[in-house]
Amino acid sequence: METAESKVLNLGFDNIDPPNYDRILGCIHCGLCLQKCPTYRELGVEADSPRGRIYLIKSVADGILSINEKFVDHMYLCLDCRACETACPSGVHFGEIMEAARGQIERNWKRPFLTRLIRDTVFKGIFPYPKRIKLLASLLRFYQRSGLQSFVRRSGLLKILPGDLEQMEQMLPPLPASAGNLPEVVPAKGEKKYRVGLISGCVMNEMFPFIHQATLKVLTENGCEVVIPKYQNCCGALNIHGGVREVAKKMARNNIDVFERARVDFIIINAAGCGSTLKEYGILLEHDPNYAEKAKTFSRKVRDISEFLVKISFKKPTQEIRKRVTYDDPCHLIHGQKISKQPRIILESIPGLELVELKEADWCCGSAGIYNITHPEMSMKLLERKMACIKATQADIIATGNPGCILQIRMGVQKHGMSAEVLHPVELLAQAYE
Amino acid sequence: MIVEEGDYFPKKATEGLTGIHFKYIVVKGLRLSREPKTKQGVFMDKKKWVTELAKIVGVGNVLSAREDLIVYECDGHTIDKAPPDVVVFPTSTQQVVDIVKFAHREKIPFIGRGAGTGLSGGALPLQGGIIIEFCKMNRILEIDYENKRAVVEPGVVNLHLSEALSEQGYYYVPDPSSQASCTIGGNIAENSGGPHTLKYGVTTNHVLGLEVVLPDGEVIQVGGKMEDPLGYDLTGILVGSEGTFGLVTKAMVRIMRKPEAVKTLLGIFDTVDDASSTVSGIIARGIIPGALEMMDNLVIQAVEAATQIGYPLDAGAVLIIELDGFKEGMEELADQIIQVCKENRVREVRVARSEEERAIIWKGRKGAFSAIGRLSPTYYTQDGVIPRTRLPEVLRKIAEISQKYGLRIPNVFHAGDGNLHPLILFDLRDKKQVEKALEAGREILKVCVDVGGSITGEHGIGIEKNNYMPWIFTPEDLEAMRRVKAVFNPDNLLNPGKVFPTSKGCSAEAKFYGKVA
Ligand code: SF4
Ligand code: SF4
Repeated sequence: METAESKVLNLGFDNIDPPNYDRILGCIHCGLCLQKCPTYRELGVEADSPRGRIYLIKSVADGILSINEKFVDHMYLCLDCRACETACPSGVHFGEIMEAARGQIERNWKRPFLTRLIRDTVFKGIFPYPKRIKLLASLLRFYQRSGLQSFVRRSGLLKILPGDLEQMEQMLPPLPASAGNLPEVVPAKGEKKYRVGLISGCVMNEMFPFIHQATLKVLTENGCEVVIPKYQNCCGALNIHGGVREVAKKMARNNIDVFERARVDFIIINAAGCGSTLKEYGILLEHDPNYAEKAKTFSRKVRDISEFLVKISFKKPTQEIRKRVTYDDPCHLIHGQKISKQPRIILESIPGLELVELKEADWCCGSAGIYNITHPEMSMKLLERKMACIKATQADIIATGNPGCILQIRMGVQKHGMSAEVLHPVELLAQAYE
Repeated sequence: MIVEEGDYFPKKATEGLTGIHFKYIVVKGLRLSREPKTKQGVFMDKKKWVTELAKIVGVGNVLSAREDLIVYECDGHTIDKAPPDVVVFPTSTQQVVDIVKFAHREKIPFIGRGAGTGLSGGALPLQGGIIIEFCKMNRILEIDYENKRAVVEPGVVNLHLSEALSEQGYYYVPDPSSQASCTIGGNIAENSGGPHTLKYGVTTNHVLGLEVVLPDGEVIQVGGKMEDPLGYDLTGILVGSEGTFGLVTKAMVRIMRKPEAVKTLLGIFDTVDDASSTVSGIIARGIIPGALEMMDNLVIQAVEAATQIGYPLDAGAVLIIELDGFKEGMEELADQIIQVCKENRVREVRVARSEEERAIIWKGRKGAFSAIGRLSPTYYTQDGVIPRTRLPEVLRKIAEISQKYGLRIPNVFHAGDGNLHPLILFDLRDKKQVEKALEAGREILKVCVDVGGSITGEHGIGIEKNNYMPWIFTPEDLEAMRRVKAVFNPDNLLNPGKVFPTSKGCSAEAKFYGKVA
């Protein structure tokens, strides 16, 4: 029998960054990842499991399947949460394979017109441009505060939007006042020990100014001079997850250049999803002759804030926080970067704080970038599962280190009429430094 | 159009012609039939199957699109492949009965499947038809701690059962390497083992009773609460029947109190010979550890890459020795074992000091197969059994075979009960290597049989080793087994083509087996 494997050509994919066939073969079909995959756990369907998804990708590579609607659905129902990577003893780099497959989809599969329009606007027209993000945020603030939002919601006008957009509108939390422009350099408090760069990000700046403030405070308290280069842009994570790789590459190149000029020892990121992407610039630009090396150097310098703090033996806080706190692992921290102890160490260092373990803390909360907008149904199922575990902890505060997860869990808290706060661990640490 | 019964049109040739499979039709000349036809000549088109099945389980519980089906074309054994025509997900015994009755009436082949982690193709729908996927029947129905038993549905994941029992200090003993994913139903079909079988036996020793749907849709109850039930031991026949006798829809299993104390030791040796003599030495002293596992150098390297446990990369072999039972006397036993290790020139013995350290040691072992995926894109897992005392000799022969074929063959084994897992590394894309690997696998098994062992310890026969059966059994033995099968599965619609040797196969590999058998 001519086994499928005897062909190595990437028959169903084009030549631009096809999923690496050798790495696909790294999956030996053992199934040890199945039960760790949230979508498999919910649906029980092999094609929505890590093993099944890799098999589908392989089938396209082998020319047995073509990229069609079903295939696209299975690829995009994946949360890209990478729980399967942690579970896989064979060391399959699932995220990399999946992201490459999505890149192929976006080039070779025609989506319905409206979806395409929205995707193009968001991925190509907004995320790459920090100014446009700012402008959009200001517009939204106006929309929310002027009473226009409540009018629109009442009027039923939203019904004319495609499903995605309506969902998006519902998801929007009220935006806090903008942090304005962050300074370009913040001096260390006391003796300067490190010069670090901070990734200011796209959403973070506009939606979570407090987290940035807390991060700056914590870093400077620990002897860091912080540089926040002005011309950096969003890391490109959402573009990569959405298969828009070429734009992501542009964004990555810019960030690499900007931070190279900044001459920093480390590049600090306080969002798990972005951190995981930044650490993989090396893979994203693997075939770019001019940037392959630079990208690797950049990635080697990237540290999650919690990872960095623990590594430098951060200054222990003295202020008490008498609260019951639980910690939820962001997927791109625990699975994407294998960081799970550090945030807990930080929380435990706070006097008076009682850290209670969250059952299934390593499960995806359903946020997954823009997944909660594109796949509200699955996302809500996962959120419900998460909320049940959170309730059981009876925590006053839920700490987690990724903006998407914070938004998602806040939504869950609100839905369940709970009073718990959802914060980034550095926000608590900053408080305890008072 | 000439249609003949009982023969199969090779699937490959029909691919791409229409969405319909032509498996049940043989075509003389070049004319093809458009309608699929069942063996008995009843025409029923596949779309209709889907409608009928959807009536039973609901539309959401039937899969029939090509993309959804192709992922079911193999399980943990990936050398042979065959996609089903439809996959159904029942949620109750009644639904299973209705599905089976439908399949029986329409003469459609069908097969049960759990997590698809098996290594002998047990869940491979060789003739297409219906896969009955049990993952949605995954409730633990009853736990009776006092009488130490639990009643579960077949789709319950092995590890989830132990986790559910854990708080009360109990667990389900059989622990195959795939326990984090595999289902109890699959374990029962394959009579799965695991590292702890040395002391506690395999799945069959832990199953008290079953509810089974027979291939004609009849439901029977076998075994039960009593330790020694009256009548024939049908439970014993059904466990390990590789899904060819009936479909388990409920199982009453034995649960056990977690041992009062556990001590896990890791012995690091310079040579495999030293490690093997240690194994014999331990058993010779009358000590039966809970588990006694060995990994050789290549495996150590792969596992180390996967888990960073801190195995020395130059060690010839490591032994995982686990004692469990009462606290009292355990220290002395451990000392005795360390003594045996020393007598056999052990380089170092590490003792796990915490549950965490123990878990790490086991994580390495449990993930060993998959970790091999780091050494080679594909490998062929063998599963031979030998008398423990012949271990060093057999290992030497395996090394020779490895040299002869120029293929690396790392070894993982349940050393305590002489169950070997040589993993033959090859590249599936290279046809020559595939043949060499199969040939090497065959030779290894031959060695096992020659020293008085057997061709499978725990992975089952399935489609992988059916043609080696005559090495172990006489035609009369096989005939007796066939007659037993005919009692349960007379029409051979349930999981056809497994276990028994076939003279003709539909793949080159199968022919290959056929040639050498
Ligand atoms: S992804 Fe890893 S764990 Fe999952 S089936 Fe493949 S090899 Fe096994
Ligand atoms: S990334 Fe997450 S959702 Fe996707 S296959 Fe892996 S575990 Fe499942």
